[in-house]
Amino acid sequence: MAKTATPSAVQAFTIQLIVSRFNPETDEESRWESFDVEVFSTDRVLDALHKIKWEQDGSLTFRRSCAHGVCGSDAMRINGRNRLACKTLIKDLDITKPIYVEAIKGLPLEKDLIVDMEPFFAAYREVKPFLIANSKPEKGKERLQSIENREIFDDTTKCILCAACTTSCPVFWTDGQYFGPAAIVNAHRFIFDSRDDSAKERLEILNDKEGVWRCRTTFNCSEACPRGIQVTQAISEVKAAVLRGRP
Amino acid sequence: MSKVITPPVSQMKASRGGTLYRGREGMWSWVLHRITGVAIFFFLLVHILDTALVRAYNAVISSYKNPIMGLGELGLVGAIMFHALNGLRIILIDFWSKGVKYQRVMFWVVVGVWVVLFAGFAPRHLINVFSEVGH
Ligand code: HEM
Ligand code: SF4
Ligand code: FES
Repeated sequence: MAKTATPSAVQAFTIQLIVSRFNPETDEESRWESFDVEVFSTDRVLDALHKIKWEQDGSLTFRRSCAHGVCGSDAMRINGRNRLACKTLIKDLDITKPIYVEAIKGLPLEKDLIVDMEPFFAAYREVKPFLIANSKPEKGKERLQSIENREIFDDTTKCILCAACTTSCPVFWTDGQYFGPAAIVNAHRFIFDSRDDSAKERLEILNDKEGVWRCRTTFNCSEACPRGIQVTQAISEVKAAVLRGRP
Repeated sequence: MSKVITPPVSQMKASRGGTLYRGREGMWSWVLHRITGVAIFFFLLVHILDTALVRAYNAVISSYKNPIMGLGELGLVGAIMFHALNGLRIILIDFWSKGVKYQRVMFWVVVGVWVVLFAGFAPRHLINVFSEVGH
C-alpha cells in the first residue's frame, strides 16, 4: 500500500462499532459484536461497515448500492435512530462512546443488518403509486401543471423508499398491518397531483382501520427521513383530505 | 479484533437484543399520553363500580381518606392534567394548519402549564390529605 498517497494532514482514529449480528442458520436471536475500526473524519458509518467487511469479517451482511443517499438501500438503526449509513458522518456521532448499529425494526430480520422489505413494498403498491389519468394530453404535449399546483406535493416527490420512516414508527412495530408513513407519503404524492384522477380511490384505501387513522403523531418518521420530508405533515394532509372526501 | 460483548444495560432497555429507539418530544409525549390514558381509564372503571354499588359507597369513600389514597389522587390529577393538556396539543396538530410545525414548542408549553397547575394543586391537596388524617 502506498502510504505516501494519504495526505499526512488527515488524521485517522479508531472507533468502536457494536453491530447487531444475526445468522439465521445458527442463531436463535441476534447478538452484539464489537469491532475496532480505524476511520478518517470524512468517513461515514457505511465506510466503517465496509472496512469491517473487507478487512475483518467478510460475513458481515448489509445492503448498500449507491453509497450516496439516492437508492435507499442502507437504512439502519444507528445509535437508536433510523439513518442511512451512507449519509451519517462518523464525526457527527459521539465517538467517545461505542456506536451501535442494528437493523431497522418491525420488518422480518433476514441476516445481520438486512430485513425482508417485502411487507414494506406491498403496502407501497397498495396505494397505487402511479399516475392514473382519465384524459389524454394534447397530441405531442405533456400534461400541464402550474407551479403552484406542483408545489403542493413537491415534498413527497423526494421519497427514496428507504423505509427509515415506517420502521421508526411505534405503531408499525406493534401492528405490521399498518400501511406506514412511507406508503402514505407516496399516496400523498399522487393524491395532490392535479394531473391525477384517482385521488378518491386512494383516499378510500387509506380510510381503513390500518390506514391513516393508525397514525398517533409521534413524529419519529419526520425525524428519521433522510430526505427531510415532513412526513407527519403529509399524513396530516391526507387525514384532512379523507375527512373532506377530496384532495 | 472482534469480540462478542454485552452492551451496557442503559443501551438495551427495550426489546431483547435491541436498543431503545431514541425518539424525541413527539414520541415521549405519545408514550406518556397512552400511559396516562390507560391509567385514567382503569381508575374510572373502578370508580364507576364503587359508586354504582350504593351499599359499598360510604365504606369505600371513607377508605379513600388516608395518605396512600391521597398520594394516589395526586398522581391521578397529575395524569389527567397531562392527558388533557397534551390532548389539546394533539387536537391542534390534527386540525390547526400550523400544528405540525409547532408540535415541539406546544409540547414544552404543555409541560410548562402542567408544572404551574400541579405546583398550584399539590401543596393544597397534600395539606388537606395530611391534616385530615389526625381527625
Ligand atoms: C380530559 C379531557 C381529555 C382530553 C382532552 C383527551 C384527549 C385525547 C386525545 C386527543 C386522544 C387521541 C390521542 C392520539 O390521537 O394519539 C386521546 C387518547 C386517549 N385517551 Fe383521552 N382525553 C381526555 C380524557 C380521557 C379520559 C377521561 C380517559 C380515560 C377514560 C382517556 C383515555 C384515553 C386513551 C386510553 C387514549 C388512547 C391513547 C392512544 O391511543 O395512544 N382520555 N385522548
Ligand atoms: S419518506 Fe423519507 S424515510 Fe420514508 S421511505 Fe421515503 S425517503 Fe425514506
Ligand atoms: S447506499 Fe444508496 S442510499 Fe445509502
